[in-house]
Amino acid sequence: MFGLSRGDLLLWLFVLLLVLAAPILLNPFPESSALAQFNGGYPDLMQRFLIFGIFAIGFNILFGLTGYLSFGHAAFLGAGSYAAVWMLKLLTINVIPAIIVSTLVAGILSLIIGYISLRRSGIYFSILTLAFAQMSFAAAASVGFVTQFTGGETGLQTALNDPRILDTASTTGNIPAPSLFGLEMRDSFQWSVGDWLWTFNAGYYVCGFVMMVAFYIAIRITRSPFGMMLKAVKSNNERLSYTGINPKPYTLAAFVISGMYAGLAGGLMVAMDPLAGVERMQWTASGEVVLMTILGGVGTLIGPIFGAGLIKYFENIFSKINESLLHQWFAFLPDGVEDFFVAVIYPFVGKGWHLTLGLSFMLVVIFLPGGMVGGLTSLYRRIFKKSKQAN
Amino acid sequence: MELSALLLQVLNGLDKGSAYALIALGLTLIFGTLGVVNFAHGALFMIGAFCSVTLQRLLSTSVITLDETKLDFLGNPAKISTPYVNTWFGPDIGNAIIDWSVPLAILFAIPIMLLIGFVMERGLIKHFYKRPHADQILVTFGLAIVLQEAVKYFFGANQIPAPAPDMFVGSFDFGVYIGMNPGKLMYPYWRIVYFLFALVIILAVFSFLQFTTFGMVVRAGMADRETVGLLGINIDKRFTIMFGIAAAVAGLAGVMYTPINPPSYTMGMDFLVISFVVVVVGGMGSLPGAVLAGFLLGILESFASIRQVIDVLPGINNLVIYLAAIMILLARPRGLLGRKGVMEN
Repeated sequence: MFGLSRGDLLLWLFVLLLVLAAPILLNPFPESSALAQFNGGYPDLMQRFLIFGIFAIGFNILFGLTGYLSFGHAAFLGAGSYAAVWMLKLLTINVIPAIIVSTLVAGILSLIIGYISLRRSGIYFSILTLAFAQMSFAAAASVGFVTQFTGGETGLQTALNDPRILDTASTTGNIPAPSLFGLEMRDSFQWSVGDWLWTFNAGYYVCGFVMMVAFYIAIRITRSPFGMMLKAVKSNNERLSYTGINPKPYTLAAFVISGMYAGLAGGLMVAMDPLAGVERMQWTASGEVVLMTILGGVGTLIGPIFGAGLIKYFENIFSKINESLLHQWFAFLPDGVEDFFVAVIYPFVGKGWHLTLGLSFMLVVIFLPGGMVGGLTSLYRRIFKKSKQAN
Repeated sequence: MELSALLLQVLNGLDKGSAYALIALGLTLIFGTLGVVNFAHGALFMIGAFCSVTLQRLLSTSVITLDETKLDFLGNPAKISTPYVNTWFGPDIGNAIIDWSVPLAILFAIPIMLLIGFVMERGLIKHFYKRPHADQILVTFGLAIVLQEAVKYFFGANQIPAPAPDMFVGSFDFGVYIGMNPGKLMYPYWRIVYFLFALVIILAVFSFLQFTTFGMVVRAGMADRETVGLLGINIDKRFTIMFGIAAAVAGLAGVMYTPINPPSYTMGMDFLVISFVVVVVGGMGSLPGAVLAGFLLGILESFASIRQVIDVLPGINNLVIYLAAIMILLARPRGLLGRKGVMEN
């Protein structure tokens, strides 16, 4: 159905189900319980799951399929964000033009950067993309001509007196919030059942819709002849060119597609929260999407989404754990033992969350080149095979 | 524009250029010997800087005694802290030791950095020789995050000042010696020290490779690892030692850099990105190329920071290194001094 094989369709439907039910699934703890602060079901966080999911899906189309490791995707995320804010400012507060234009702008930028960077491969490519992204970051932050469009260090946001030529001008009241034909992105419907409170946010479902479309396209690309060609680039570029095929157009197309995904993610970020800062272009943002894709499982379909969700969730949860909370948890132990456990665990939580992230990233790279999803698949296969043999 | 202003920019470029050159030298050494792209090299630079912070703290460890004859503003007996070194060696030598903690940290940092280098190579990077470059980049990137966060945990996120010895505080008036008016061409003493220090290290590394048997074997191994191995030489062991030396070079660059810029845990990453650019511009695997490109790009950056240039093209100083790198890579892919055929694709 929809040009998907049965397995892919099931996978897509599974993700769809997760996305639809996430506001419930991510709020497992009752509001009055002490664990309520670990509920992940609030709109801001759930939107980020999906947006970074899109970012990682796109990154995976480049890195997972062609093996080209880009350290410069933050540039496209940032460019998309800026384009989207300008659309909200100039055209209309409706998010649709913003999202479309941000994707296109990122596409154009990635065409330029990709055309030049793809003249090299391997680490040269990584460093070229890194250099381009750092250049875009420096330009957006401080180059006079560019800062007119990016707001420099202060960033860009919507204002009350923006032209917004398609909307009826308003110069009084509040700054209008981004909306979809009048449905404001921050609108939420709250449903409380017993002690549980579930928030169904309009923006979240817009993100969810966009991500499901993006995921569908990614599946189609992966399964298409074009996707096969990209995999051929990864497994043996040289042999591919011996068969008389020029791999460059294919890799460039993959680069542009993944750049557009990044731009789309940037546009959605703005649609949810109408501001764009230069830090979105910093190379740490490029590093983050690399982490997500690798942790989740590079080259797998669902891995990047999984990785994005995992990192964003634990980023929130881990940073909330502080020393007194740890003491509370280990209070049942004798004092000395309690202090010992707290002292051991404390560096890895709270502000030390990045330490945990770095360590788990290293472990995945060393022991699980297929990421979490790759590891789970091979585990599943092993168990499945064993039980078959037993039969 | 005046000559003095031009000269000043060249001088200004030298100290940053020295840091770039030293880090890039280590990166190239690792790449040339082991064929590994080390994203954690910036973290080694940062650890070096924190070696000098640590030593300074160790040296100024004090005993606190109460002085009943003086009162502080609350009326309590004043606390007087005397560093242990003062009680051991007397106040004069003690204070001098604390004052010279940054240069002393060189001695402190060398064994530490060598050890870190050995552990890193034997414990982690050894297992990645057979894996793709992308995996090497990823695992060292992860390691860089871990090292950075560990330092942040112990030292906090703020910059920690580690001043130069009093002797080197202040500026040196170059202009007077070449017939300019005094005050025209001032240059801080410590930056001269840093530049000379970098030159010494670079010369030491080159002569080590050029004039010792060990270095000869390493160079042979860089050219053809397999054949050297077949001759019955344990090339892996030597390459491990070279990794340690590369780590020590980065660490020393960091140690001496602390008075120029107070270290914080992010400094490694800041320098790393540019150092990669330097390595690539110089030519992957070419040691003289890395040094040359380091100094050239440092000077280029400082020229782009001249006011007259900034007035025409605001912000160009932040861009110029990347612009130069992109142009060089496109025009001459193997870099300034790169050998033909090394990582050209």
